[in-house]
Amino acid sequence: MRLSELSQGSDAIVQEVENVSEGDPIARRLRDYGFVRGEPVRLVGRGPIGADPLLVQIGYTRFALRRAEAARVLVEGAA
Amino acid sequence: MNESVASLRLALVGSPNCGKTALFNLLTGGRQKVANYAGVTVERKEGRFTAPSGRGFQLLDLPGAYSLEAASPDEMITRDVCLGNFPGETVPDVIVCVADATNLRLHLRFVLEVRRLGRPMVLALNMMDAARKRGIEIDVPKLEAALGIPVIETIAVRRNGAAELVRRLDGGLPQVAAVDSGADLHAEVRAMINDAIRMPRRTAEIDDAIDRIVLHPLLGLGLLGVIMFLIFQAVFSWAAPLMEGIDAGVGFLGEQVGAGLASMPVLQSLVVDGIFAGVGGVLVFLPQILILFLFILALEESGYLPRAAFLLDRLMLKAGLTGRSFIPLLSSFACAIPGIMATRSIQDPRDRLTTILIAPLMTCSARLPVYALLIAAFIPDRTVLGIFNLQGVVLFSLYVAGIVSALAVAWVIKLVRRDKSEHALLMELPSYRVPHPRDIAIGLWERATIFLKRVGGIILSLTIILWFLSTFPGAPEGATDPAINYSLAGTLGRWMHTVFAPIGFNWQICIALVPGIAAREVAVSSLATVYALSGNEDGLQAIVATQWSLATALSLLAWYVFAPMCLSTLATVRRETNSWRQVWIMTGYLFALAYVASLLTYQIARAMST
Ligand SMILES: Nc1nc2c(ncn2[C@@H]2O[C@H](COP(=O)(O)OP(=O)(O)O)[C@@H](O)[C@H]2O)c(=O)[nH]1
Ligand SMILES: [Mg+2]
Repeated sequence: MRLSELSQGSDAIVQEVENVSEGDPIARRLRDYGFVRGEPVRLVGRGPIGADPLLVQIGYTRFALRRAEAARVLVEGAA
Repeated sequence: MNESVASLRLALVGSPNCGKTALFNLLTGGRQKVANYAGVTVERKEGRFTAPSGRGFQLLDLPGAYSLEAASPDEMITRDVCLGNFPGETVPDVIVCVADATNLRLHLRFVLEVRRLGRPMVLALNMMDAARKRGIEIDVPKLEAALGIPVIETIAVRRNGAAELVRRLDGGLPQVAAVDSGADLHAEVRAMINDAIRMPRRTAEIDDAIDRIVLHPLLGLGLLGVIMFLIFQAVFSWAAPLMEGIDAGVGFLGEQVGAGLASMPVLQSLVVDGIFAGVGGVLVFLPQILILFLFILALEESGYLPRAAFLLDRLMLKAGLTGRSFIPLLSSFACAIPGIMATRSIQDPRDRLTTILIAPLMTCSARLPVYALLIAAFIPDRTVLGIFNLQGVVLFSLYVAGIVSALAVAWVIKLVRRDKSEHALLMELPSYRVPHPRDIAIGLWERATIFLKRVGGIILSLTIILWFLSTFPGAPEGATDPAINYSLAGTLGRWMHTVFAPIGFNWQICIALVPGIAAREVAVSSLATVYALSGNEDGLQAIVATQWSLATALSLLAWYVFAPMCLSTLATVRRETNSWRQVWIMTGYLFALAYVASLLTYQIARAMST
């Protein structure tokens, strides 16, 4: 499953961040932010227009990610 | 000072919004801008301080960075300074890494990345007050052992909040941490956090509660609209009594000084018609500018701005921008120059360029005097719909006009651009903070000083130059018209008038436009001077109200929505884009838009009024 497909308020565990292009700078930045294997994430909310961007909690921080950005993050439902 | 101890060169390095600049200000007594979002500091700034022992320190404040693999121009500065690649800058003796104690999962990773550089460094564990309030327990000795560098707690917003840091730095160079073997930094951070940190909750409860309302799809957008609208209401209704006071004071002073100069008519004219009428005409807008800033400063410190960017991102994306453009654009309401510089925190070069190009369409505070003058002269001061001040409503719509056209221009830029690959948002939302009244007072004071310096500097000089141009050559023998008609400025004004007649500008306005390019407020002081020299005794507002048609006033308002930006803005664009081409594109499109908008406004208003 992708982070962008999570339902609002649900938790998941990050599997990995996919590069959509060679050396994808957005994917690299996501990893810097802490989107790495085993890290718990939560989809906290969504933007008002077209449910975009997404409000994502990872670690102790909240980030605003566009859907296309969040779609790079593969997750697995929390056990 | 003890000269025998060499001064140490320190650099503040850390993730965005961890309090580096606050720490810099605390240590050096500086007044760099501090605000609660990522990307406030976009340049390196230098300061000095002396430890109690007498040892001198040189301190560099740097832009925040999430990683040394820089993704935006401001992060590159930090990377280059850390690596010693920054032109004209040697590697700092000690890197003072700063991390937000409430946000260590994110910030420690960068600390570890910096540690890999193998330079002497210490870690300032900042925001310890906020961490304690949230019940976060940090075992500093354990963290120190794990990191292999000194870790010192700091509170950058409290007096003496960095005394311990100074004491430790004064103790000499810290040891270089053993360079690690390229282990996974994330795993290392996780281990350290498990080992040394106890957190009752991942986020602050209060932040969650506020975000539930502020980021709510409906409530959030509504709240954003209400906040923006309130600001403009306040600018008009709160400022009025103060403005009247300043106006009366300047008028009284002018009369007194004028009376004293009665024996020297030329000097009297320069002082009364030139300086007092001109400069006084701009000075009255100080209260409105300060009220606008009161709100901007409070919003900046509260942490609300990135939320607004979140709410508006999709809209801005449609227009070819990014939510990240919101903050630079909002700063442009103060002045386009800091706004354009703030675009350095936008990672995507295309988004950055578009944001720069449309920044002058945000109504900067220098335009406020022009708007305020015309609105006060032509729009009745009455209440509409029970609670709204009509003048405030008109002011608000002028700002909206600027915003809407900015979005339209951005959209056109998006259409003509060939590279249509993905743009990034990726934005951190900081914790909410209650703004400190003291910081806001300092911010307002700085603003007032900047404005008064402009008034006493460029505005005063241009006003005096304009007085000369409008006074000489004097009227010939037996002339019947006011002397200004024969002056250089009068001739120039009539010449320009042929171009500007279709948009309803009289020659007085034409004259005022020219110095208005150097600083927009000068348009007002120039009008005041020109009319004073034409023999009008009334205040500028009364003259405008009686001598101009409504169509002309509206046309001038429309002109200033797009108003050819001031020269210093153009110089900033040149510097930030490193290209004259962008400067010409910007100047050209703004002139064209201004002319067309004024033409339409004038012709339609005239057709409707007859
Ligand atoms: N409570 C608290 N707030 C702080 C502290 N240090 C900085 N801040 C606030 O954190 C925000 C970011 O500070 P700033 O110096 O601009 O961060 P920079 O991006 O690292 O330069 C501002 O709102 C500051 O007022 C601290 O020690 N305690
Ligand atoms: Mg800073």
